[in-house]
Amino acid sequence: METYFILPFTLGMIFLFIVLFIKYGLWITKLSHIDKLRIVQSFFTRRTWDAIKESFMEGLVHRNMYKRNPLLGYMHMCFAMGWFLLIVFGHVESYMYYGTLAKAPWYPIFFQYYVHDWFPGERFMANLMDFLLLYILSGVLLAYFKRINSKIFGIKKTTKLKPLDRVALISLWFIFPLRLLAESATAALYGNGGFLTNTVGHFFTWIGVTPTMESALWWAYSLSLGFFFVGLPFSRYMHILTEILFIFLRHYGIKLKKQFNSYSRIQVYSCSRCGVCIDVCQMHVANISNNQSVYILKNIRDQNLTDRKLYNCLLCGRCEQACPVRINLNDLRISQRIRATKEYNSDYAFLQTLPVEPPQVVDKTPEVIYFAGCMTHITPGIKKSVLKVLDKAGVSYQFMDKEKGACCGRPLMLAGQYEAAQKLIAYNREKILDSKAPILLVSCPICYKVFRDDYELGQITIKHHSEYFLELAKQGKISLNKSDKSIVYHDPCELGRGCGVYEPPRDLLRMTGNLQTSQQEKVNSLCCSGSLGDMSLSMADRNVIKGETLKVLLKSNPDVLATACPLCKKTFVKGVDVQVKDIAEIVAEAME
Amino acid sequence: MIDVLIIGGGIAGIETACSLQDLGYETIIVEKEKTIGGHLNDWDTLFPTHRSASEVLAHYTDETRRRALTIYLNTNVISVKKQDDGSFEVHTSRDVVFRSKTVVLASGYRLFNAEKKEEYGYGIYDNVITSADLEKKLKQLNGEFKTPTDKVPEKIAFIHCVGSRDEKSGNHYCSKLCCVTAVKQAIHMKQLCPNANVFCCYMDLRMYGPGFEEMYREAQEKYHVQFIRGRLSEVGENANGTLQLKVEDTLAARPCKIQVDLLVLMVGMEADKSTELFQQSCGLQCAPNRFVKPKDHHIGSNLTNIDGFFTAGACIGPMSVFDTVNHAKAVAFSVRDYLNATK
Repeated sequence: METYFILPFTLGMIFLFIVLFIKYGLWITKLSHIDKLRIVQSFFTRRTWDAIKESFMEGLVHRNMYKRNPLLGYMHMCFAMGWFLLIVFGHVESYMYYGTLAKAPWYPIFFQYYVHDWFPGERFMANLMDFLLLYILSGVLLAYFKRINSKIFGIKKTTKLKPLDRVALISLWFIFPLRLLAESATAALYGNGGFLTNTVGHFFTWIGVTPTMESALWWAYSLSLGFFFVGLPFSRYMHILTEILFIFLRHYGIKLKKQFNSYSRIQVYSCSRCGVCIDVCQMHVANISNNQSVYILKNIRDQNLTDRKLYNCLLCGRCEQACPVRINLNDLRISQRIRATKEYNSDYAFLQTLPVEPPQVVDKTPEVIYFAGCMTHITPGIKKSVLKVLDKAGVSYQFMDKEKGACCGRPLMLAGQYEAAQKLIAYNREKILDSKAPILLVSCPICYKVFRDDYELGQITIKHHSEYFLELAKQGKISLNKSDKSIVYHDPCELGRGCGVYEPPRDLLRMTGNLQTSQQEKVNSLCCSGSLGDMSLSMADRNVIKGETLKVLLKSNPDVLATACPLCKKTFVKGVDVQVKDIAEIVAEAME
Repeated sequence: MIDVLIIGGGIAGIETACSLQDLGYETIIVEKEKTIGGHLNDWDTLFPTHRSASEVLAHYTDETRRRALTIYLNTNVISVKKQDDGSFEVHTSRDVVFRSKTVVLASGYRLFNAEKKEEYGYGIYDNVITSADLEKKLKQLNGEFKTPTDKVPEKIAFIHCVGSRDEKSGNHYCSKLCCVTAVKQAIHMKQLCPNANVFCCYMDLRMYGPGFEEMYREAQEKYHVQFIRGRLSEVGENANGTLQLKVEDTLAARPCKIQVDLLVLMVGMEADKSTELFQQSCGLQCAPNRFVKPKDHHIGSNLTNIDGFFTAGACIGPMSVFDTVNHAKAVAFSVRDYLNATK
């Protein structure tokens, strides 16, 4: 009779399994045919093993989060790893006693309630289980503190909760303390339990404990588990299991598409709302604290994402870089923008009506085709320098957008105008392929990103001028004079985090001057605030963000602030007295 | 202790000193340059009458001499500190500490650095100059007018609002004098090169003062200056040094390209850097546009948040020569009222 207490736990678990089965089943069936083939083909390969390893390191140990924020990582590890081991060793313990694993799940879960006798290894297992419980409880304690005062975690803001999250959160908070109390009550009555529950049991004996109390505590424990299981699929804790699914699919080579699909949904549900993305977001400087990735993902889940929040983001990629779960936060946001702006797409009909230019008469195929892009056209200092370096190095080139040119399409892509961007891409792509040049040279990282990700240029290598000039310097085609000027380099978001180009600009700057390091650079570099990704940030807020970025960059009082993006240059130049120069200008000067 | 220390020896500072002398006060002018007159030294003619700037300058030079005004040239003010007794202690680059009962700030303005609007090509393309450069060029003109690449210009464009009414350059406000200056300079160019086509690309034309609107009409009717309502987006350079402008004509609702031999950027006015110095050393309040904030816009524009610290001229915002002179005359009365009250 008294074992009815297993009901909440059992029913909750059954409910959870049914919901998960339906949800995951639907998501996986909705994946594209090719993605499904990818899963089938990769299943018996090394990828599965890699996915298992990553699931262990990230899903349980939380290594990435630990690296970002040790205390937060430890807390998550306590819950995940501790609970996982508790279940595993619970089953080991049950196997040792019953001699079989074919027992209903409540026997290992409520083992101490059912088994009071000694068996070989009983002492060791009891102490081990108590140790694991203590380990988890240390995490629970941290979770309490985090809710009360998130500052001790070094995080400024913690995520906001909705009601179902609260139910799940509170149940989770109660599960382990209740387990401790229930097990201790049993220990008080029957003398079993390890160092922890037995000690607390002694205290219970001292205040007096009855079988009714014991039963009540086990009921409470089971109820908290039941509640948690029922709440889980509808709360943020859905991430616990979805993250594992996500890791496997990612290892099988499934990639996020421009259109929001079920893989996007899996990513959305993988978010643990740890809040790491909140802290790295520069919007806080301007007191904007409702548009960070964690909130966007939450809004996507709850289907209440507003355009204002969606578009108020620099798309700098700092959060994506910091995300311990490695969710493609930028592309997820862009996929939402594509969804939101479908009807505004321009047809760019004029591209068809443009007069056909007579083909350029060239003696031989140019070595490079140069695309300056609109941003470089409005920073003529950069354009002039690039052409000067090319001329001096004796490179034969075709200047693709010298007179008139279409936009590369990246600004439209960032705005979510996917179809309009495709038209520009098709137009430019043809011109690039027609040139037969083996190298596409660009000066603007914004163009670089879209050429790399969306153009499908086949054999053509795309190079930013910093990469290309470094090659020219190494080949001895240009020689650079080193000055004693101190230079700080600012990594443009699209070139650094966007395309992974960090070293070539630095190598060049080391050849031309005295390169200083900055506090936050490379993957951690700050955004200049000029980003085209944000369509609603006011100029005043941009200036505040820019000011903070400049503070970090100019800490060492450099002579020159160097960057490799015309937009970053334009943004910075209006805020400081120090010289702001593009790497092309520095190289062109160093050649004199 | 002197009665009034005046910071700045431009027309605002000199006029303030003259007016205060008439009222019987002893003044000292501290000027950072080696000569008095400020920006007036750089201008060729003044709107709306095309009168020579050196005529006005000569008036003030004569007055300075006639009245034997005390002027410290080549002297930078480092800090101004208010004392407990209400007087001021002014530290300068000269190793002299001045003590005065009141301070009049007449430090004027500085011009927007056009290099910061890189898309217009100033400092990159030879034939892009600013309105201030053009004034200097006209002042030193000897013979035929030629572009920096030594060509008699056939097409000239003036671009209004460079560094004014432009959020991106950090200046939201209107510098108000560039419109009429452009009209004046456009007429001047037409007089010098009658065969040239002259364009003005503007957002709005703010012909607020007496004689301004008439000048604008004259520019159109008599001199055939073409006014295009629209901003310049970018400038490119052709192989022969001429410039290609991409402009939007918003009235015709179409983009257009103009080839010109000379491009003149109408640079706006900005608060002088030194106002920051007074913010730090004595808590002077500045408006969001970085100019000094008047205590009362309507009936106390010479007063500041600090008692005994006054302003004259363009340190409170863009101001023409005649407005500056009036503002400087007015400050003398504010200073007198203050000195009488604290006697």
